[in-house]
Amino acid sequence: MWKLFQIEVYKIFRKPRTYLAFAIITGFIFLIQLGLLVNGKEFLGFMLGTVNDMMEFNAKDILNGYWVCFAILNLLLIHVPILVALVAGDIVSGEAAMGTLRLMAIKPVSRAAIILAKFFASAVYVFLLLLWIAFISLFVSLLVFGSNNLMVAKVDDLRIIETGDILWRYCCAFGFAFIAMMVVAALALLLSTVSKNSIGPIVATVGIVILCTLISEMEIPLYQKYIRPYLFTSYMLGWKGFFYINYNEDNETIRGSIENLPAILKSIGALLAYIVLFVTASVMIFKRKDILS
Amino acid sequence: MKTKIIALLSAILLLPVLLAAQDVKQLVEKVKAKLDKVSDYQASGKMKTNVTFLKVPIANITMYYKKPNKMKIKSEKGFSFIPKGAVNINMSNSLSSGKYSVLDAGTDNINGTVVKVVKLLPEDDNADVVLSTLYIDETNLVIRKAKTTTRENGSYELEMSYGKYTEFGLPDKIVFSFNTKDYKLPKGVTFDFDDGTAKKTEDKAKNKKGRAEISISSYTVNKGVDDTVFQ
Repeated sequence: MWKLFQIEVYKIFRKPRTYLAFAIITGFIFLIQLGLLVNGKEFLGFMLGTVNDMMEFNAKDILNGYWVCFAILNLLLIHVPILVALVAGDIVSGEAAMGTLRLMAIKPVSRAAIILAKFFASAVYVFLLLLWIAFISLFVSLLVFGSNNLMVAKVDDLRIIETGDILWRYCCAFGFAFIAMMVVAALALLLSTVSKNSIGPIVATVGIVILCTLISEMEIPLYQKYIRPYLFTSYMLGWKGFFYINYNEDNETIRGSIENLPAILKSIGALLAYIVLFVTASVMIFKRKDILS
Repeated sequence: MKTKIIALLSAILLLPVLLAAQDVKQLVEKVKAKLDKVSDYQASGKMKTNVTFLKVPIANITMYYKKPNKMKIKSEKGFSFIPKGAVNINMSNSLSSGKYSVLDAGTDNINGTVVKVVKLLPEDDNADVVLSTLYIDETNLVIRKAKTTTRENGSYELEMSYGKYTEFGLPDKIVFSFNTKDYKLPKGVTFDFDDGTAKKTEDKAKNKKGRAEISISSYTVNKGVDDTVFQ
């Protein structure tokens, strides 16, 4: 199993498309950073809305590395799953298309081990991708924009988190994002096991993520009540919960607190359940699959 | 003869009013003279902001003032949202122009202290401040409370408690109340994580009054303040 896993990791990092994902994300984050460096005050003015009329503040202080990282992660909501699907969607079907899947299946290893090795290999890719995102969006932003308190904008309030209380939240958020992205990887793996070419699972995964995200975000009671709780995308935004700092009756934030930790834990639980569901289904399908290519 | 009697009666009736106006004008002048002893100051303290849509930690702040009307509040660490109009927490700013009409509005009681209520009407039609009501402690010659209505920055109220720096007319604690507007962003912009706590915020959103409480621990008076801090 370990050897199989190593081979799968090797295969992923031999493909140019893997590095393409890193290049795309780097370019994308760089463009956001450049945009915020040049026109950040205007963007901030929009985010603050009526606060501009009531309060005085130094926009330069708000526009710091922590805030830029938060803005980047907010904007990457749809894009990272696409990059995950790009690799995980190809992991089985790519080999089916090349004809190497049959060769692999005739080796003295179980089919379950093959699928699990592929899943864990894609986990390495997702982990490294998120690590890279964390490095360029957080540490590079901190170098360029400096450090200060973090302002988190919600629909009807603004929350300020003190400098010393931010970094652990990012660590937890990236940890959560890893679980969320692994759901996408597991879904792509599932679709990959039933397909004979790479394009189908990649496009289908992206399509499902986009569709589910739209339904999750639509404020339509029918969807909110009956469909939303069953969509994995409804739980993927849970990383933000780490930045929803709790406050007392005087609207004073409480250092080190999280407003609703049970909701985050519930989201983690739901996402893990989806991973188990998709991977189990992938193993079951692959075990019974008649490999003809 | 009849006209002279009417004029005499009018003078007798208006005399107390005119004298009272004269009294309050002198009272305001005395308060102003006390405040004028301060050319500049630097004050350290803590600011607690309580606005429905703003969840912020208590900030350690430094306030800078320089005559005639330069005022700046800076957060020592991180950044702070300072309510607009808070620059007028230095009452010297309100009285410095000297171009206002003073009206006696009787007396009131603030925390057991009888205060004189004085209304200031700016003579300049274009002034931002439309009306100021001062609650003056006649014994200590300090302003305990002030209500100000402005053209641009709405209405705000100041409540001040005095201690160590009463001789300069500088308060130890200032409570600044102001009107707030609604804050709302589209969900498509914030992509909020729906953690089921929306209702808590919704209920609280009804309060339209903001409050900033500044507790000052120390003042450095008349030691000079560099102009660059106000930029």
